[in-house]
Amino acid sequence: MTKLHEFLVGTDEFAGREAKGDHVVLSSRVRLARNVMGRPFPGRAKKAERVEACDLIQPAVSGLSAMRGCYSESMANLKALDKQVLVERHHISREHAAKNSGSGLVMNKDQSMCVMINEEDHLRMQALLPGLQLKQVWQKIDRLDTSLEKKLEYAFDGQLGYLTACPTNLGTGIRVSAMLHLPGLVLQEQVNQIVQAVTKLGHAVRGLYGEGTEALGHIFQVSNQMTLGESEGDIVERISKVLLQIIEHEENARQTLLQNKPAELFNHIGRACGILANAHIVSSKEAMNQLSLMRLGVVMGLLPDVGKSILDELFLITQPAHLQHMVGEKLSGEERDVHRASLLRERLGSISGLQLPE
Amino acid sequence: MKCCQTGCENEATVHLTEIVEGQMKKIDLCEDCAKDKGVTDPQGFALADLLLGLGASSEIEAAGGGELVCDECGFAHADFKKSGRLGCPACYQTFAGPLEGMVKQMHKGTEHVGKVPKVLQQAKRATQQREKLQERLARAVEEENYELAAQLRDEIKELEQESAA
Repeated sequence: MTKLHEFLVGTDEFAGREAKGDHVVLSSRVRLARNVMGRPFPGRAKKAERVEACDLIQPAVSGLSAMRGCYSESMANLKALDKQVLVERHHISREHAAKNSGSGLVMNKDQSMCVMINEEDHLRMQALLPGLQLKQVWQKIDRLDTSLEKKLEYAFDGQLGYLTACPTNLGTGIRVSAMLHLPGLVLQEQVNQIVQAVTKLGHAVRGLYGEGTEALGHIFQVSNQMTLGESEGDIVERISKVLLQIIEHEENARQTLLQNKPAELFNHIGRACGILANAHIVSSKEAMNQLSLMRLGVVMGLLPDVGKSILDELFLITQPAHLQHMVGEKLSGEERDVHRASLLRERLGSISGLQLPE
Repeated sequence: MKCCQTGCENEATVHLTEIVEGQMKKIDLCEDCAKDKGVTDPQGFALADLLLGLGASSEIEAAGGGELVCDECGFAHADFKKSGRLGCPACYQTFAGPLEGMVKQMHKGTEHVGKVPKVLQQAKRATQQREKLQERLARAVEEENYELAAQLRDEIKELEQESAA
């Protein structure tokens, strides 16, 4: 056990957090990009300059009262597998996971806030909460930012706002995003229409792992594209309205499936249960897609003896790094598929299957 | 298929499609360029950033920004072309002219609206206050109200000392 794993909450606790709107919205996140005045951006800085900036920023962040009891570490001291665990929990970006000395990470005690130091910008700070809580995550990270600006002199321009390494983040430096579970819209083949409508409104839509729009596990990420010329509050407000619309469409799609194509719906969910409870080789892609269908069954009340949190936990622990951490050794792709299948059978082998509505 | 980054001759292995503002955009990269652009990071990566970045560098060139070099960090146009990122906060002044069009294109506006660091808010308020006092001082002198003028001059001095401290 490393220090990191003593700090991180258990996967059951991580997945067990109930929140409003989580039948569709898996999580809400706000991230702010900030830089310190008079220093080159991390991509431009030489190693010594990055280390110097990190030495200045890291104690400033970890010393904040909101960070009492935090986890603060240099990226050089984390093993590749540990970094991957942090990526799978969405605490850090993949880009940050590739960093070493001269980059750092500070996470608050309840793990709702994480600050990446020397990612693309000097500071990338995010708040992440389950369910639909955009306003709350914005307020949380806003407070952290306000207390940090007393300690660090931010690069700020009266006209362009917060100055960032990439001009796409100028102004507010804010990225507001929500992770959406949209199996109903995918099964109804309506998801592309939704994606197009949302992008027309100036928001970006990506899959969980960015593979075009063919999202793994029917998970889509919606985020704002523009950061300059609109206040943080307005950006949060606008994206919240869009999310409420998407939720409504997803709920409608689920009800329409139940009414018009019940056999197709039950078939998808029933097969997912059958595969996950019995298969001996399961890829992470298959696990995600089948767990997604089971989750749909649970929130629609079709699988009364399965808890949503069990599925959410399995979704997390069947991912490569979590799986390898659990098994306690490095595994090849094929070995992972076998371990993943046995884990799924163990947890889902005793479920009694679909209970159809009257 | 060749990598679509200029100056790169490698075979493209990473193919991306994204719908940006209702338009489908495709981009093909070799593994090295993809890594360079952070394409391996689907969370932090938007094709839009890349596309805008690419468009931006040619725009800077067209606007005569090709020879500009940042005094602060030595960042030059070629670096921007390679990374789509700027070198340091001061680069925004160096490249202000050529960046203007691209910022306009990628954002809702060109003027920041929203949060301002408190220190700067206070500095802004202090400047405004001083300007007001100076106006009143000028008027007092004009009206030959020297008693008020002396008082205002003291207030201004006090304000200046405060902001210097």
